[in-house]
Parts: sequence; C-alpha cells; structure tokens
Amino acid sequence: MSSITFDRVSHRFEGAAASGYTLRDIRLTLTESRIGIVGANGSGKSTLVRMINGLVTPTEGSVTVDGLSVKKQAREVRRRVGFIFTNPDNQIVMPTVEEDVAFTLRRRGLSAAEIAERTARTLDRFGLTALADRPAHRLSGGQKQLLALAAVLVAEPAIVVADEPTTLLDARNTRRIQELLRTLSQQLIVVTHQLDLLDDFDRVIVVENGEVVADDRPAIALGAYRALLS
Amino acid sequence: MIGLYSPGTSLIHRAPTLLKLLLLSLGVGVVALFGDPRQLGVALIVVVALFIIAGVPLKASVRQIAPILWMLLLAVPVQALLAGWLVAGLMAGRLLIAVALAALFTLTTTVTAVLEAFDQLLRPFSRWIDAERVGLLVALTIRCIPLVTEIVSEVLEARTARGTRGTLRALAVPVIVRSLYAADALGEALAARGVDD
Repeated sequence: MSSITFDRVSHRFEGAAASGYTLRDIRLTLTESRIGIVGANGSGKSTLVRMINGLVTPTEGSVTVDGLSVKKQAREVRRRVGFIFTNPDNQIVMPTVEEDVAFTLRRRGLSAAEIAERTARTLDRFGLTALADRPAHRLSGGQKQLLALAAVLVAEPAIVVADEPTTLLDARNTRRIQELLRTLSQQLIVVTHQLDLLDDFDRVIVVENGEVVADDRPAIALGAYRALLS
Repeated sequence: MIGLYSPGTSLIHRAPTLLKLLLLSLGVGVVALFGDPRQLGVALIVVVALFIIAGVPLKASVRQIAPILWMLLLAVPVQALLAGWLVAGLMAGRLLIAVALAALFTLTTTVTAVLEAFDQLLRPFSRWIDAERVGLLVALTIRCIPLVTEIVSEVLEARTARGTRGTLRALAVPVIVRSLYAADALGEALAARGVDD
C-alpha cells in the first residue's frame, strides 16, 4: 500500500481571518488499505482529502504521497491518486460515455489501440458497455457516478480518494457504488456520511472543526463520532 | 455533437474526419454559389443519398434539421417581401443543404475523432498553438451546453416551485453564479484527471 503523510498541515482559505483555519496541525500517516473519514459538514474533511492529490495545498506543513510532494510533484502524484467527486456531473468532460472514459488515457502517451482496449475493458467491468455511445449527460445519477468511477479507474491509480461519492444517489445506487468501492484492489480513502460503509474498513478518522478528534478502528472511531453527534 | 453521434460502420462513418471536414467546407461553399433552383435540387438529392448511405436514423436526422425549418418559416416570407420568392427559395435551399451536411458530419463523427483531427490539423503549428488545448476547449464547449441548459431548467423549475415568475435578472443571476461554480468544479475535476499539470 502507498503511504500518505500529512506533516503538521494547516489550511486557511485566502482572505479568511487569522483564526479561520479549515484544518489545524494535522499529523497523519495513512498506510492502511481502507480508510474512512467522517465529520460534520464544514468540518474540513473534504479539504483534507483534496490535499492528497494537490487540489488544495496546505498553508502550513506538507503532504506527501509515497515521498512525493503534492505541491512540487503534482503530476506524478495525480498519476497515483484517482479522485471521485460528490457530483459526477462536474466530473464528466466528454459528451459520450466511452469518450469520457478514454479521455483519462489521452494524455498518458498510450497507443490508440491500447486506449481502446483499456476503455472497453473498464466499460465492461462497470457494466457500461451498452451505454458506451450514450450521451453522458443523459445518464441517471447512479450511472453518472459509475462513469465517474470508471473514468478514474481506467488509469489504474494506486490510490482512490472518494469525496462523498454516494451523497447525491438513491438507496439502490448508493448500495451499488458501495459494493463497487469494496471490490477495489487500490488503497481507498472515502469521505462519507454513510457510516455502515465503514464497518469493515481498517481505519476511520473523525474530523471536527479542522482537527482530528478520533483516529482508530471503525468500531471505536465511529463510536466516538456518534457520541460527538449526540 | 452534444452526444448526437449515431454509431455506425458506413463509409461516411469510417471516412477520415479531416476529409469529411474538407468535403463539408467544400460542399457548403459550392452550394452557396448555386444560383439555379435545379442545381439546388440536384444537391438536395445528393444530400439525401448521403444520409441513406450513412444509415443514420430518420428521427435523429430530422431532430438535427428541424430547428432550421422554424427559422426559415420566419425568414423566407421576409426575404420574399424584400427580394422576391426566387431569392427567398434559393436562400432557404442553400441554408437547408448546409445545415443537413453539417448534421451529417455531426451524426457520423465522434468528438474524439474531431479532437484528433484538430490535433493533426494544428500539428504543423505546434510551436505557436497547443493543439491539445484547442481540442480540449472544443470538447468542453460542447460538454458545457447541456450542463448550462440543465442549470437554466433547474432555476426555472425552482422559480415555478416558489410560485414566482420573476424578471430576467432573477433568472440570469442564479444561472451565472451556478455556471461559475460548475466551471470551477469542472476545472478541479480536470486537474484531478491530470489535465494541465
């Protein structure tokens, strides 16, 4: 598994008050296969995971992925880290399903045949083959999130970060995406409000007001989170 | 092209994109020069034959061409009043054929093929123009049309749900704000997918 390190990381949005930290003095080393991150809205958990592939850079401290700085070696880091957003609509770039999956590979220097082969294999894996030529914007919410997942995984990243991937989905599609996430061989970091997804994870981190307030096995960390909520 | 591609294996589907673009430009150019209704008639028969060869569904073809018919419904009488029915008819014929040819290109060419064609076309100018960036710009423009359409319809729905009709400003402000947020999110997603490292 990869090793992700947060070394005394703090973050404050530009223009925020001196005391307005989104994250404060985060020290973490993530090496487990399945890691869940929970916390209330605005607690800083999305900012935390966005730092893993350099979408947000720390105001203080540093984040590294397998020793690579997410700030200075962003390209290398992003090849290792696939990111799934909450709203798949914002993640779809190309007009059709097949083209959107293939788009991820276009900048990887692969031959056209290899792009076609890997795209077809990924579409098949996610049950999207029948929708290959369909306009991506006309898919259902669940299909769009499947497409977002396929578009990330076609690049075979070592780490998959998912920021509330089921928030906009109905119960059936939530279950479908959760099941798919469980089958991934990659190191998986999931921000979620679906606490049952995290039951069999290796580690759960609870973020509250920009600080890590619990970091343990799911049973213990989720217990602490539930206590916090009540 | 916003997902209007109609999959197929016809000669027109398989033809190189650059060749199709060249023939499209030539076809539109030549039709614009036609001044005889008989010439336009022959051109129209050729266009119909091309649609048959391509084997694209009739419904998809009509959906592409229908919007121009509405425009012609308004423009032809005006043109007829100003310059006579012959000129109006020629104008309508030229426009119809040009739109049909463009629709045929759209229905038989994927966006990826268009991007690759741009890449090929601009390769000799790579010192000055980033072909990949131009291609991405085209793809994003195409992608953003349904995205903004959806935003507009959601804002209109929200307005209806609240029982208000509102002003143009009341529509424009939320649409612009939400479009900017969507653009921001799309930019973030592109960065996450390794574009523009």
